[in-house]
Amino acid sequence: MSNLTDLTIARAQAGLAQGDFSARELTDAYATAVEAGRELNSFVAETLDAARDQADASDRRLKDGEAGLLEGVPLAIKDLFCTKGVHSAACSHILNGFKPPYESSVTANLWQAGAVMLGKANMDEFAMGSSNMTSYYGAVVNPWRREGDSRPLVPGGSSGGSAAAVAAHMAVAATGTDTGGSIRQPAAFCGVVGMKPTYGRCSRWGIIAFASSLDQAGPITRTVEDSAIMLRAMSGYDAKDSTSVNTPVPNYAAALGGGVKGLRVGVPAEYRLDNMPAEIEVLWQKGIDWFRDGGAEIVDISLPHTKYALPTYYIVAPAEASSNLARYDGIRFGLREPGADLRETYCKSRAEGFGAEVRQRILIGTYVLSAGYYDAYYLKAQRVRARIAEDFSKAYEKVDVILTPTAPSAAFAAGEKMDDPIAMYLNDVFTVPASLAGLPAISVPAGLDDGGLPLGLQLIGKPFDEETVLRAGGFMEDAANFMAQPQWLTEGAAS
Amino acid sequence: MAIDKATVLRIAGLAHIEVEESALEGMAEELNGILAWIEQLNEVDTDGVEPMSSVVDMTLPQRDDEANDVATRDDLLANAPETEGGFFVVPKVVE
Repeated sequence: MSNLTDLTIARAQAGLAQGDFSARELTDAYATAVEAGRELNSFVAETLDAARDQADASDRRLKDGEAGLLEGVPLAIKDLFCTKGVHSAACSHILNGFKPPYESSVTANLWQAGAVMLGKANMDEFAMGSSNMTSYYGAVVNPWRREGDSRPLVPGGSSGGSAAAVAAHMAVAATGTDTGGSIRQPAAFCGVVGMKPTYGRCSRWGIIAFASSLDQAGPITRTVEDSAIMLRAMSGYDAKDSTSVNTPVPNYAAALGGGVKGLRVGVPAEYRLDNMPAEIEVLWQKGIDWFRDGGAEIVDISLPHTKYALPTYYIVAPAEASSNLARYDGIRFGLREPGADLRETYCKSRAEGFGAEVRQRILIGTYVLSAGYYDAYYLKAQRVRARIAEDFSKAYEKVDVILTPTAPSAAFAAGEKMDDPIAMYLNDVFTVPASLAGLPAISVPAGLDDGGLPLGLQLIGKPFDEETVLRAGGFMEDAANFMAQPQWLTEGAAS
Repeated sequence: MAIDKATVLRIAGLAHIEVEESALEGMAEELNGILAWIEQLNEVDTDGVEPMSSVVDMTLPQRDDEANDVATRDDLLANAPETEGGFFVVPKVVE
């Protein structure tokens, strides 16, 4: 039997169904991998005993013929999801010791489908970051290394622990959340598949809020097929989230295959940046060629407000964050730093509990919402956001899906880009526009850079047309035939 | 419209975040850098454009006014740094 931790969701489920191995054996194999991979710091809390109990319950359901969509599949859950009675801190010190008395709707759906939780995955504090360097629990190490260079690389962020865990085969798959690229960019940096569905597809209830008009959960997996399987299990209408959209959840896996003949693939001129590394440009052109060779129609399109997406995002997201994060006051949960009076207790608790990046974004958000600046910044950004969304609506009159790079570079070394916030923000230049427009988008590993590091290509779809995104993503996955594996797997955990 | 130390102090006060006097200068500089970069939005013609607050084109749903599965008092107090007799404990707020 091949190594159990090398199996995808689809293959693990086939093995479970045929009785080749038990859910307990599968979970035990992952528990061993999680323990052996602690130096990557992907997990901030392990729940391996509970996982074994869940796996035993899966085995009973498999035996009784009652297997769910993800029966016996061991997952990593981003620390942003509230999981009942289990560490849920958004990797922030201000949620020190917080164990929610309730379960997020997405994770509840996953457990209902029979999935197993291995533990909580590391992330940038409150999902604010593109490198996983802002976590209170320390950086995550990317299982990939640049050829001939032993420096640890970042896994991307904010779902860095999730992406690293999947890439290092410490989980079959993981949940992520994406506010401006936090699923897609780390997936690209770690050589795995990351899917952000349409805003409203997955319930936000019980996911610790960052920017409520942008936050959306999605799967991080090893294959597009797994992404389709897991997205179906995560999705669904939820009355507890007022922006949850009440439309049926398709069987996404059924949309895969069938080729891309006649598919209209848009290539936006504005995503061709000055100073873009040549290897990104080359990979993008390869992607275009794959689709053309597969019978798709390549259409040059224009998304004229693309360059304004990042500055728009850096008003809207901090504004919403400053409001959402006002609840952390040191009184009802989390960290308290005593002060002389109530106000001083608030101010000291929040100064101590929030890290530098989070404090800075709260201050920006507070400023752009403050009297006298609200119209000039916040309303202006909301108007530009409408322009950005309109760009996409117009493009979708001519195309079915849009093809772009996922990120402007491969994974960088820990500590790089930390001095200049705008240099760090630029990681999300290709992912933020789809977030602002609420569109579904997937990152698929498509090639390697000159240093042997994975690069991703992104497909952006029409609202609630995850099926076309997945079908095109599956096609691109086959065309790219990305077989490279991180050094963590090929050279062994100890190297 | 540069942010000075006094403005940082004022925003931090609004946000209830204590800031050391020695950090004000550096924070003002960082915020100014980010806001200067954001200024480019003024190039965009947004006359007559409605501000977009949600990407979902829907009216907020209403539900029946019935009690649902609310958390118990003990659930709510379980994560508090300090409780007493079924209440959250806070520093004295009235003289």
